[in-house]
Amino acid sequence: MIRALDRKLLRDLRRIWAQALAIALVLGCGVMVLVMGSGTQATLIETRDAYYERNRFADVFAQATRAPLGLMPAIAELDGVAQAEARIAEYILLDMPGMEEPAMGRLISLPATGEPVLNLPLIRRGTLPDPLRESEVAVTEPFAEAHGLMPGDSFSAILNGQKRELTITGLLLSPEFIYTMGPGTMIPDDRRFGILWMPEAAVAAAFDMEGAFNELLLSLTPDARPEAVVAALDVLLDPYGGTGAHGRDKQISHAFLQGELDQLAAIGVILPPVFLLVSAFLVNMVLGRLIALERQQIGLLKAVGYSTAQVAAHYLKLSLGIGVLGVGLGWAAGVWLAQGIAELYAEYFRFPYLVYRPEPVSFVVSGALGMATVVLGALRAVWSSVRLSPAIAMSTPAPPKYSRGVADALGRLLRLRQTTMMILRSITRWPGRAAVTVFGVAAATAVMVSSVFTFDAMDAMLDDFFYNANRAQMSIMLRADRGLGVIEDARQLPGVLQVEGHSSVPVRLRHGLREQTMRLEAQAEGATLIRVIAAGGGAVQVPPEGLAVPTTLAADWGIGPGDVVELELLVPPRETHRVPVTALTRQSMGQDLHMSEAALHAMLRQAPTVNRLNLMIDRAALAELNAAVKATPAVAGVMLWDETRTRFSDEIQRNLWTMVVIYAVLGALITIGVVYNAARIQLSERAHELASLRVLGFGRGEVAWVLVGELMLLTLLGIPLGWLAGYGFAAAVAAGLSTEFVSIPLVVSNRTHAVATLVVLVSAVASALLVRRRLDRIDMVSALKAKE
Amino acid sequence: MERTTVFRTEGITRVYGSGPAAVQALRGVDMALHAGEMVVLLGASGSGKSTLLNILGALDSPTEGRVFFHDRDLTRASEAELTAFRRDHIGFIFQFYNLVPSLTARENVALVTEIAKRPMRPEEALERVGLGRRMDHFPAELSGGEQQRVAIARAIAKRPEVLLCDEPTGALDSRTGVTVLEALDEVNRELGTATVIITHNADIQRIAHRVIVLADGRIAETHVNATRLHPSEVSW
Repeated sequence: MIRALDRKLLRDLRRIWAQALAIALVLGCGVMVLVMGSGTQATLIETRDAYYERNRFADVFAQATRAPLGLMPAIAELDGVAQAEARIAEYILLDMPGMEEPAMGRLISLPATGEPVLNLPLIRRGTLPDPLRESEVAVTEPFAEAHGLMPGDSFSAILNGQKRELTITGLLLSPEFIYTMGPGTMIPDDRRFGILWMPEAAVAAAFDMEGAFNELLLSLTPDARPEAVVAALDVLLDPYGGTGAHGRDKQISHAFLQGELDQLAAIGVILPPVFLLVSAFLVNMVLGRLIALERQQIGLLKAVGYSTAQVAAHYLKLSLGIGVLGVGLGWAAGVWLAQGIAELYAEYFRFPYLVYRPEPVSFVVSGALGMATVVLGALRAVWSSVRLSPAIAMSTPAPPKYSRGVADALGRLLRLRQTTMMILRSITRWPGRAAVTVFGVAAATAVMVSSVFTFDAMDAMLDDFFYNANRAQMSIMLRADRGLGVIEDARQLPGVLQVEGHSSVPVRLRHGLREQTMRLEAQAEGATLIRVIAAGGGAVQVPPEGLAVPTTLAADWGIGPGDVVELELLVPPRETHRVPVTALTRQSMGQDLHMSEAALHAMLRQAPTVNRLNLMIDRAALAELNAAVKATPAVAGVMLWDETRTRFSDEIQRNLWTMVVIYAVLGALITIGVVYNAARIQLSERAHELASLRVLGFGRGEVAWVLVGELMLLTLLGIPLGWLAGYGFAAAVAAGLSTEFVSIPLVVSNRTHAVATLVVLVSAVASALLVRRRLDRIDMVSALKAKE
Repeated sequence: MERTTVFRTEGITRVYGSGPAAVQALRGVDMALHAGEMVVLLGASGSGKSTLLNILGALDSPTEGRVFFHDRDLTRASEAELTAFRRDHIGFIFQFYNLVPSLTARENVALVTEIAKRPMRPEEALERVGLGRRMDHFPAELSGGEQQRVAIARAIAKRPEVLLCDEPTGALDSRTGVTVLEALDEVNRELGTATVIITHNADIQRIAHRVIVLADGRIAETHVNATRLHPSEVSW
């Protein structure tokens, strides 16, 4: 048997369903973002971990120039090592059918026994190559798809200067190449870069690596100390050109994936508080009005013997009803979106499967937060009513008192019409309520700005990377360091207009307890194609002495110009130098150290060499140039920057659009929740007054102006505040999205402001018009009969 | 001399609701209102007074029958035409004043003068009802009688042809009520505005030219006062 008071509760909820739904939707957004963020993250982590485990992803990775296989027993004996596997890996040029310029490949040897012990590739189609066949390879599935290749198809590759016809036996995925990037670029490009697995004997023969290896994978025992293993391994590999072992955290694919997961976590933390705060205000506003309307009923309930607590509980239950609706909607949408987004990510990362794992904690936390939000929002409204004595509650409340103030001065100054004065006085009379509307609109705008700005950031990043820092049209990566004569050789290639040599070496940077393996790039004097960008923007020449450090690293490590750091060269002569930091650089993608060419070669104690050529070319002669490059044994890889940029930005735009659409819906929902509720409350309070205007001969449009005009004015006030707040949010998002490899710049364009404004304005106008329809239907006679 | 007829109704009926719950508020009313005339509509609660007044003022429309304003058939007018009709020709005064609480007395009057065709200045309208000194007060700062006089000023400021007053003294004590009636009487005499006053207070009828008594949705009785009393001579 439902108690009478609960029956009233249900009817009240049914009566205010539209407003309750509008609040529940805003609340639901906050809950949804929490559930979605953590659900997506949990699912991706679970999937990644399952993938890593099933395919035996290594714990420690190391590279060397050429280490003897005889070293392996010693490595396997190291404390904490469970399994060790040596392999040969080389960059090669590929001559793909239907592709004029050469593609690049990373050739990895498969053990003679067939399957590797660690980093086991997952066979998607076909088989691994026959260990006895020299011309069989398996390739990564995305690369094969980008070229329309299937097992049985062939293509040519240049292995150590020799052109070979290779036949595909299988398409693979690998936990070690979830995120696949070619050398010298931070950008995945499945068409231009692929991984190839080939039997060890064939690779060793092609690269003169019989009895030797240049890559090492280790799995560790559960009780192992990775740092100790890494240190011991470095000692063993040092004589063989070891460039520093590292754990998973520095493995490029893992680190990028981790960066993406951290980004998801960051977004899940930034947005929900905004939605929860707005819904708390909305509950307060709506319940406040509902209670004001029911003041006399409250007096009556108390007069007939209901206790203050019972009456308060009644209204709290009403808010809990809204809370349950919002939390339920948020959970449902969150689970649905988490799956959808996880699938998008899975497709992007080429996960072979997805292990769904809803995060129970996120349901509990978001549910509790959601309910706490509505209760908090309701408390003030409930308190103000239940503390009235029955007699006072039952009497008619005093009419609102208006006073002269700012509005009057403004009204006189601008010769405003009385209907506009009504708007101004309403705002100054209930500044708190106006503030909630302004705040809500600002929040909606800010949410939009902080999501749409990612397009600006991406544009700025690409501009920085492709136009400011890298102005070359083509880069040729060389297999090994070459003397400067190679520059002159390159100039002779067809269609080459300008050539600049570039060299870089792997180093280990140390300061205090911090240590990081990085690339040290040499800047040749007068280089114009690859430029160094100063912290404040603008190309600069690196000082002749000392080290230029990226601002992100400097901030992270707390170092700056004047500090002395330790620089260990991971190439011969393998010495450690103490170098002063003399400049800071800005890099949107990657974190590289810079030094003047002269200073670097002085440290290396050798004549200047280059390992990369940057070119300006005549695109008309591109076909001949490509053909010439393919036939050059010294070339390890080629980048055509314009093509790379186009593909990369297309990919990013596609992914960004999904997110922006989601946030546009969120922004619209906040706006609707706020403006619709404000309009309904206004309508309920001012029905009498607005009906009077109709009686006096004001047309529907003129009367609607009083209501809609006020909301539009508040919306227009809220939007610029939203721009400001959005900038703050964008800063938080930029910080959250920045990873070790990518620093997201904080740039907000007018286009972003315009999009955010448009979404918010359209939602606000639509909400106001919904209420205007009710206003148009107002029955003048019955509205006037009711005494204020 | 034949007096101009401002309003004329022909057999108007008004039914609210339908089926068994239908309420017949008017059951065929024929009446006329002449220029410069002051008419009191008398009758018990539910007799149909307010319904008739609302129909004359174009706030409501009859279920059957026709309403003419001069020669114009209001029952055929569109929503927008009725709005314009109220704006240009009718002044309303209600029992509960219906002032806009966020506007001062002067602004409440200006509300109407801003949209009227040939209005008087708000100050002039307020001086006419004796509120020249309280113009910048908000409704909440005025007494009931003062608020009703602001409502009268607002109604007359557009120089309407007709004033429709629904229980204008209903919420006021006798002494205050008289001041309101005096204001209405003065407007009627000086501006020649045809005035219809609804009341269930029989004493007030004696200030009118003509009294129409409604009962059960019909006109039960009409009589002309041979001599009109000045409002100050009335009390209740």
